[in-house]
Amino acid sequence: MSNRVLMLAAAGSMIALSAAAEEVRVYNWSDYIDEALLAQFEEETGYELVYDVFDSNELLETRMLAGGSGYDVVVPTGTFLQRQIQAGAFQPLDYDLLPNAGNMWDVIMDRTAQYDPGNEHAINYMWGTTGLGVNVGRVREILGEDAPVNSLELVFNPENMERLAECGVYFLDAPTEMIPAALTYIGEDPDSHDPDVIALAEPVLTAVRPYVQNFHSSEYINALANGDICVAIGWSGDVLQARARAEEAGNGVVIEYHAPVEGAQMWFDMMAIPVDAPNPAGAHAFLNFIMDAENMAAASNYVFFANGNLASQEFLVSEVIDDTAVYPDEVTMAATYTTRPYDARVQRLVTRMWTRIKSGT
Amino acid sequence: MNLARRTLIGIPYLWLLLLFLVPFGIIFKISLSDYAVSIPPYTPTLDLSEGWQGIRGFFAALDWENYVFLTEDDLYWRAYLSSLKIAVISTFLTLLVGYPIAYGMAKSAPEWRPMLMMLVILPFWTSFLIRVYAWIGILSNEGYLNQLLLWTGIISDPLQIMNTPTAVYIGIVYTYLPFMILPIYATLERMDDSLLEAAEDLGCSRLSAFWIITLPLSRSGIIAGSFLVFIPALGEFVIPSLLGGSSTLMIGKVLWEEFFSNRDWPVASAVAIILLLILVIPIILFQKNQEKNQEADA
Repeated sequence: MSNRVLMLAAAGSMIALSAAAEEVRVYNWSDYIDEALLAQFEEETGYELVYDVFDSNELLETRMLAGGSGYDVVVPTGTFLQRQIQAGAFQPLDYDLLPNAGNMWDVIMDRTAQYDPGNEHAINYMWGTTGLGVNVGRVREILGEDAPVNSLELVFNPENMERLAECGVYFLDAPTEMIPAALTYIGEDPDSHDPDVIALAEPVLTAVRPYVQNFHSSEYINALANGDICVAIGWSGDVLQARARAEEAGNGVVIEYHAPVEGAQMWFDMMAIPVDAPNPAGAHAFLNFIMDAENMAAASNYVFFANGNLASQEFLVSEVIDDTAVYPDEVTMAATYTTRPYDARVQRLVTRMWTRIKSGT
Repeated sequence: MNLARRTLIGIPYLWLLLLFLVPFGIIFKISLSDYAVSIPPYTPTLDLSEGWQGIRGFFAALDWENYVFLTEDDLYWRAYLSSLKIAVISTFLTLLVGYPIAYGMAKSAPEWRPMLMMLVILPFWTSFLIRVYAWIGILSNEGYLNQLLLWTGIISDPLQIMNTPTAVYIGIVYTYLPFMILPIYATLERMDDSLLEAAEDLGCSRLSAFWIITLPLSRSGIIAGSFLVFIPALGEFVIPSLLGGSSTLMIGKVLWEEFFSNRDWPVASAVAIILLLILVIPIILFQKNQEKNQEADA
């Protein structure tokens, strides 16, 4: 008896010792994984997982550029990843340690290669589009049965916005999303870095500014689900979360997600390993675990975002794989566009213009 | 002066050096640097491996460019002025609310005073962030205040308080009220009541006795409380970003955007240095006032 207790204690302290030495620290977006996967990773690999979350690319980038973040895996969006690679923030991946990389989807890899040539520094985790979250019942009540719920007309035509103001409209507080969308609406190149072209977005946004109740990048999930607002420009998976919450609440609110027919911005959240990661071997083990077809499918089935893993598709539930709001059809896909990061000078113009649009100064 | 005494005096100076002057020096250096896509995101960084050449190159690369930039865009001056205006008005409002409370506490029965003091300090036991969040629940369109007013029939449409400067004033006055009450209470409690009795004996009304005797005697408390409210309110970031709308321009918000959205640490540092200079002037005035008081006491 006492022998067994002793052995247990010894085993316990050994686990504690090895855990202290073999930690993997992951920094991911909030509400972005099935937490059962985290326990499964610890069980399969023996690493102890420290899982922290953030809610803005700017926050992550500031920590990356300050250096010494202590994280082994972080998840920036494509454009931010590109700039951080330029700054030397990430180490090249060792694909010998990533046997599951063969599961990845070449269509998505081609697109992510524009941020990270050859996909040398990062793997795709999830991707999606930026579009319109619509409380269809309320919007049809106000604008009529033929309301343009799948078009940027809904949010950039001042006549529509003036009438929608009474039921509430939220915009993302993200100039890198809103300016390309406004440029798409007037038929300009959404990825233009020419200050004269970018300036054309300002009158479009200023004209509808009086009818926007708030600029915010996450509050719209609850506001849509509760029926406090009837239109939001938002990220696909977030709007789908609002849809699911409204269904659960049974409050009669029906939310739809539409990628605008004029073209939707497509974005990619990428997993990368910081150059000063304390445990690069553990980081590779985590990436390989995530790229396992069944694990990746479990994550997508939980958060309603599309992933860049072709092999995972056979394990996806039909609510995910067959929903064109998650996996867009070919017509929508053809109309999507991607953007590149602005350089410092243009970024400053964009931030300044955004302050002017929001505050009127 | 012997060694022990020097050491004793040296400790607070060492503290000041480590926790104020060194960080200030680092921020000041960054404000003279240039933006770069690197870790850390500015250049130059001191490279001692090249010896004197490296140090000379380092100093040659520093310039005042970012300060010149701040004068070129009116955003920064408007943000400083707007912050000053909000800080001055909310300090005044805090004084208006805080003085009667402090006066009431000082005039209450001595056995009640520790209890009242406790009530003033009690809110500090909850996180500042949670207390500001609670105001969102009170002030929003579907919040308790609007529900109460709609229920009583005073208003027929909800008042838009949330996301306006009014909400920012309410938040600042609420948060910093104890900093105003405590110093005023301290001066009022020490006041000699026989002065008021003498005034009344000489035919002074209670109201004019307050203006002629009580108010001037509590002046040092008013000044101390006002500075304790004004200084943090000027650089306030949390309250305007949670309660104020996007049209409330404050320097704390501008600083955040320079740092996070523009990733321009050098310009952000220059904004911070100027903010510090604006703050140093009232702090020096405060110091002068304290010295004068000490001389008067002595």
